[in-house]
Amino acid sequence: MMKADAPIVSHRPELALAAVSAVVLVALALVPQVVDLYQTQLLTYGLIAAIAALGFNLLLGYTGLLSFGHSAFFGIGAYTIAFLLRYLNIHSMEIYLAIGLAVVAVTSVLFGYICVRHTRIFFGILTLALSQVLYSLALKLFWVTGGTDGLRVARPSLLFGLVTFSGAGSFQRFIGTYYYYVLALFAVSVVILWVIVHSPFGKALQAIRDNETRAAFLGLRIPRYRLIAFTISGTFTGLAGILWAPLNGLATPDVLYWTFSGEIVFTALLGGFRSFAGPIVGGIVFTYLKTYAVATTEYWQALLGAVLVLLVIVLPTGIVGALSQLAAKLTTKAKS
Amino acid sequence: MAIFFIQVLNSLFYASVLFLIAAGLSLIFGVMRIVNMAHGALYGIGAFVTAWLVGRAVAFGAAPAWLFLLIPVGAGVVALIGLVIEPLLLRRFYRRAEEYQLLVTFGLLLILEDAVRFVWGGLPLTADALMDAVPSVRLGGLVYPGYNIVVIGVGVAAAVALWAVIYRTKFGIMLRATSQDRRMASALGINVGAVYVSAFAIGCFMAGLGGAIIVPSQAAVLGMGINALVLAFVVVVIGGLGSLQGALVGALIVSFVRTLGIQFFPEIELAVLYLIAALVLLVKPTGLFGNA
Repeated sequence: MMKADAPIVSHRPELALAAVSAVVLVALALVPQVVDLYQTQLLTYGLIAAIAALGFNLLLGYTGLLSFGHSAFFGIGAYTIAFLLRYLNIHSMEIYLAIGLAVVAVTSVLFGYICVRHTRIFFGILTLALSQVLYSLALKLFWVTGGTDGLRVARPSLLFGLVTFSGAGSFQRFIGTYYYYVLALFAVSVVILWVIVHSPFGKALQAIRDNETRAAFLGLRIPRYRLIAFTISGTFTGLAGILWAPLNGLATPDVLYWTFSGEIVFTALLGGFRSFAGPIVGGIVFTYLKTYAVATTEYWQALLGAVLVLLVIVLPTGIVGALSQLAAKLTTKAKS
Repeated sequence: MAIFFIQVLNSLFYASVLFLIAAGLSLIFGVMRIVNMAHGALYGIGAFVTAWLVGRAVAFGAAPAWLFLLIPVGAGVVALIGLVIEPLLLRRFYRRAEEYQLLVTFGLLLILEDAVRFVWGGLPLTADALMDAVPSVRLGGLVYPGYNIVVIGVGVAAAVALWAVIYRTKFGIMLRATSQDRRMASALGINVGAVYVSAFAIGCFMAGLGGAIIVPSQAAVLGMGINALVLAFVVVVIGGLGSLQGALVGALIVSFVRTLGIQFFPEIELAVLYLIAALVLLVKPTGLFGNA
């Protein structure tokens, strides 16, 4: 674990980690007080991307399975909300979360059941094919899904209807409040996933990633472990989709398309998929990178592509990996 | 009956183009063990280059028959791009993990897609002149574009030529040897690097040819490569990655299912294709003809 390797001078790494996390959380909580509304909105998108990438990385970084179809879970999360609003006229974010997470979890089990029999490139193509099934359905069944136009998602009420947004200035109030809502769920997700990857279950996943045969000899039921990892992974990426839809105001088929899965993979790699914190950094940096690339050049895709190629060549361990290597170098120098 | 016959021809037309794309993808995977995500973009570039060349040639008043020479030229340009990409970029990734190979070709896909937008802008390009150069044929009272039959011929010719190169030439032997055991082939004196770059260029040529022959019947548009790539994935998954026969059978299955789908269940046509791919992977992970 990169975080544990970080040169924090302490005999109690868990305490130090908790302290660092608390500082980061407080800093994140203070951000909206110092930056303008647009930056707050952008950071909200970044935290959502971080949740998606964290979920994705449970598969890539910890189980060793590269999914090219995680757009499916993000998209299912987003569309479930749009359907709940359009067909059942539900406006509560908590109901969205409850039903949305259940739908995403069930789909993840279903997809996982099919996909985890395979590894390596076949796993990737299978996940891609399944996510494309959903994409083509969202595109073609336009009388249900709105086709390429997508479905509108109104601003929901938060905290069981205690906080509602209507009238003048509601957009500003929504962004200001929703940021904290997302931040809270982000913190919860980080804690849950951190506990998972440091539990015996998480260690088993890493054993399977590193040596499938040995893990099987130890008596681990590999398909079952992979299925559980797949389900958790899909559910967290789905949570990101659920949180994204009200912020974006629209659920569109783009988030089901396979290139969006590519962006999730990109995000995890950018931060570094070999470390726990990598996808968090990746999610936030990618959001800013993409926003500014789109704003500055018509050819933002090429810019992102070039960054990706360079990253794979120069920084294969991602931002966090590179930083911890640098820090390790500095400390050994300081000691000598 | 005539309708049925025309639908069969449509399927074969579509299968020819799909075969060209998928066979290139499969060849590259078979030799280099790389799934080239940029393959779709190369197909798109073939279409754009050909359409642009045809447009220029028509503006200069070239005779329609000469225009057909521009199809292999368009494909050749794509092969040249392949000759640059393989040694400069891909070569350093053969020993790296699969994730990195996929990501680097995904990055390449994004770059190439925008390169097309940069060079030709966002507007569709057409090459109708080629389509009009071939007279229509009458089939039981219905009119069918003769050009489509030319495309089917090109598809068949490409399949035969590729088979001949791989199974009947010395280069083919070297290619198969390298694909089976890279180090052994190298120890026997085969220049593995040269085999890799040629195989990659041939794969690119096939993708470019696919784009070049389809562009007279439908315009070259941005994003055509990304859509084609996923269909090519379906083809190679059904047929088996790395198998030539697999690409042929997969292309036929996909295009016939697609023609049926457009006729009878247009809403879920694409979904059915992806489901077939998923089913094949479930039952026989290596595809119908794969042994990878």
